[in-house]
Amino acid sequence: MPKDGGIGASSKRREDVRFLTGQGNYTDDINQQGQTYAVFARSNVANGVIKSVDTSAAEAMPGVLAVFTGEDFVEVGGNPAGWYIESRDGTPMKEPKRPVLAHGKARHVGDAYAAVIAETLEQARDAAEAIDADIEELQAVATAEAALAEGATLVHDEIETNMVFDWGWIEDNRAATDEAIKNAPHVTTLELVNNRLVPNAMEPRASIGDYKPGTGDYTLHTTSQNPHLTRLLISAFVMGIPENKLTVIAPDVGGGFGSKIYHYGEEALVLAAAKKLGRPVKWTADRSESFLTDAHGRDHVTKIELATEEDGTFIAIRTETLANVGAYLSNFATVTPTFLHGTLMAGNYTVPHVYVNLKAVLTNTAPVDAYRGAGRPEATYSIERVIDKCARELNMDPIALRRKNFIKPDQFPYTTPVALEYDIGDYDAVMDKLEEIGDLAGFAKRRADSEARGKLRGLGVNSYIEACGIAPSNLVGVLGARVGLYDAATVRVNATGSLAVMVGAHSHGQGHETAFPQVVADMLGIDEGQIEIVHGDTSKIPFGMGTYGSRSLAVCGSAVVKATEKIINKAKKIAAHMLEASDADIELKDGQFTVAGTDKSVAWGEVALKAYVPHQFPIEDIEPGLEETAFYDPANFTYPSGAYACEVEVDPETGKVTIERFAAADDFGNVINPMIVEGQVHGGLGQGIGQALLENCTYDSDGQLLSASYMDYAMPRADDVPFYSVDHSSQTPCTHNPLGVKGCGEAGAIGSPPSVVNAVVDALQSGGHDVSHIDMPVSPSRVWAAMNK
Amino acid sequence: MSQVTMTVNGKTASGDVEGRTLLSHFLRETLNLTGTHVGCDTSQCGACVVHVNGEAVKACTMLAAEADGASVDTIEGQANADGSLNVIQQAFQDHHGLQCGFCTPGMVMSTAALLKDNPKPSEAEIRDYLEGNICRCTGYHNIVKAILAASGQDVSAVAAE
Repeated sequence: MPKDGGIGASSKRREDVRFLTGQGNYTDDINQQGQTYAVFARSNVANGVIKSVDTSAAEAMPGVLAVFTGEDFVEVGGNPAGWYIESRDGTPMKEPKRPVLAHGKARHVGDAYAAVIAETLEQARDAAEAIDADIEELQAVATAEAALAEGATLVHDEIETNMVFDWGWIEDNRAATDEAIKNAPHVTTLELVNNRLVPNAMEPRASIGDYKPGTGDYTLHTTSQNPHLTRLLISAFVMGIPENKLTVIAPDVGGGFGSKIYHYGEEALVLAAAKKLGRPVKWTADRSESFLTDAHGRDHVTKIELATEEDGTFIAIRTETLANVGAYLSNFATVTPTFLHGTLMAGNYTVPHVYVNLKAVLTNTAPVDAYRGAGRPEATYSIERVIDKCARELNMDPIALRRKNFIKPDQFPYTTPVALEYDIGDYDAVMDKLEEIGDLAGFAKRRADSEARGKLRGLGVNSYIEACGIAPSNLVGVLGARVGLYDAATVRVNATGSLAVMVGAHSHGQGHETAFPQVVADMLGIDEGQIEIVHGDTSKIPFGMGTYGSRSLAVCGSAVVKATEKIINKAKKIAAHMLEASDADIELKDGQFTVAGTDKSVAWGEVALKAYVPHQFPIEDIEPGLEETAFYDPANFTYPSGAYACEVEVDPETGKVTIERFAAADDFGNVINPMIVEGQVHGGLGQGIGQALLENCTYDSDGQLLSASYMDYAMPRADDVPFYSVDHSSQTPCTHNPLGVKGCGEAGAIGSPPSVVNAVVDALQSGGHDVSHIDMPVSPSRVWAAMNK
Repeated sequence: MSQVTMTVNGKTASGDVEGRTLLSHFLRETLNLTGTHVGCDTSQCGACVVHVNGEAVKACTMLAAEADGASVDTIEGQANADGSLNVIQQAFQDHHGLQCGFCTPGMVMSTAALLKDNPKPSEAEIRDYLEGNICRCTGYHNIVKAILAASGQDVSAVAAE
């Protein structure tokens, strides 16, 4: 029976009511007294020397209050990369400065070099067009390959190279991996592109800066997935505003998918402008600016080799990857292609030797950073595509080949050659579930039906594993992280027994306002409607590292559990006093504190009231009040895994691919709200199918963005996808967090692209076409070309 | 600047606009009806869909001046008279047809227009109709399911998918 509340219940989302009635409170919905508007002047060349910026005409225009240029920010700090990654030969990471506004050089189309502040948006926009900038265009480099070519233009002259690092993981594995591949009976080689994507949260970025001269207090409303991290970056690195003088508020945020993790220069600009003018300054991106300046995702070019015995037993995996990181290092740009990618390169398999080489390369394109999945989709795609190709070469069933090499349940905890310790999993069980829900046994008949209609039908299957619950601070510190990755929660019990829970995670679609109360309600035995979640405001929340990397429940949810445990411990003391019993004898069940073995009890609400009306209260033993904070730092990553199956039809006349069926079987460990979990998987599948079939962020060789609007960038629409069949009943609970949860936010985007491409290759081969690979997106033109080569 | 007057959610509303002022901008900035969202600048995303004289319109494709004298309905006017969610809104909540909520007003307004013309749309008709509404969160599964449910169709088979 489905539960009607607490852990495991599909509680309806309380946040929906405001969103469904137009009462959401997104950043651009906020207007402040005396508000002014910022519009940015952006480079229309990808690489150019900014010789002069004449702002005099703009300054003279109606309503203009101030004009800023890069010159104004020369003295302030740069926006840093969050991880330090050393090259395999020990060379330090190259870190070019990322200024608030470009100065001296513009390094990608959209790079802002000036900003106008005016009374109205229209006045600011008109004046921004009147800025006369003399930018001498230089040859640009738009791809990693071009940027590494002999004599290539330097994106940042001062670092004397375009290579940020040449990373090996693990360098000590290199020689043995090379040797194993050299001696292997069979080696499958695949060169592939993990196509560049634009995250495209539907809400464009927006920021409002405010400054109160009387107190020196700054407030930033901004579209952020992690307001505390934004505050930290602005305070400690960019502007030097003390944290006690800066409040960062991320109100309702309309999706993020990674792109709103990072601090962007526009946030610093509106704060600086607000201080100068003593008035609030608002900036809202239009969609063109989003395409040009939001951090993009993926953009890897990889060669992968899989060495096997003749019977398919895996021997070694070796990859070489060029990762385009764009013109500046965004905050997670250095960790995404390395520790979120290379460490997953053993997949779900026992493979004795793994070596990953990755070169991160600066180009004259928008910064590239974590986008839903962040490194793990790139790893999964490479592994699961090469396994599929290998199965075909060895004439083995692709599922059987995977099963043959799966890490088995009795092998956990399992340390891979790329240094992760998977705590638990059961990959065969998930694959069994996939075969069931995807009705894979019925595929042959469905293929025959398709063929009878003149269509080719293909089945693609893959497994995936991801490292989520980011992240154990001790471990990531050793690996170069410049922050800790714990999270925090404060549970505040009000005098009448209702609760406010302040969480460091930020909800921008994930349903925290509904799911977190389910956890607390379950622990206390009270109705979840009594519990309110507070998030997204640094002045109200102890601290937090925000929401990304499928971490909210596994890390912040664990902090909520620990804080609630403290509440229960104290409440038991109070109840013991009220019941004249010993603490140890008090039991909490269904919101009642009872002396064990008796019928003496007090209700939750009575204990809460006593904490705040402490008459006849043992103040020498117990403080009044009932509020507790906990920080939780995970002991390990969590390891969600799954198996996905995609069935496509290919029209041999046009090359058009349609997704006919999609099944996803996941192991997320325990599940708090099945409805929300399924929704997260659906959304990830939509994005993964989008990557595989439709989406492609394309620059020309001059660094002009060709896919800069929804006219040119193919977002998945409702008729591009089917109803999905999803299941999360295979559950091996995480062994090291109190809820046994693993995280579900990225799985769909990680697991789905390889199954789509595997299915298309399967379909084409079934039609007699000698096609072993097509790069994403598998557009009709690419498929048609592959069939007619 | 010129003055425009229109009926918005049943009430008369007027304001001064520039010739270039879009209806979406007028609703958001002059009338403070911020439920109508702007997600793009090429009339693709559909977050700004409202009804003008009963027809679904992307409010970013229409000048405020063009709506002078018109009857405009927005997401803020969709709930039942007692403030409860209407059938479409309730179906979206019941079937988890929204996540971040940003595209949602446009989805609800488009759904209302669809069901007015086609009270029992098929899954394919729904997917086709939503061509002009982009959602990045849901993968569309639960939106399509919610619309089927809002039109009174049995979605238990979808639930079992």
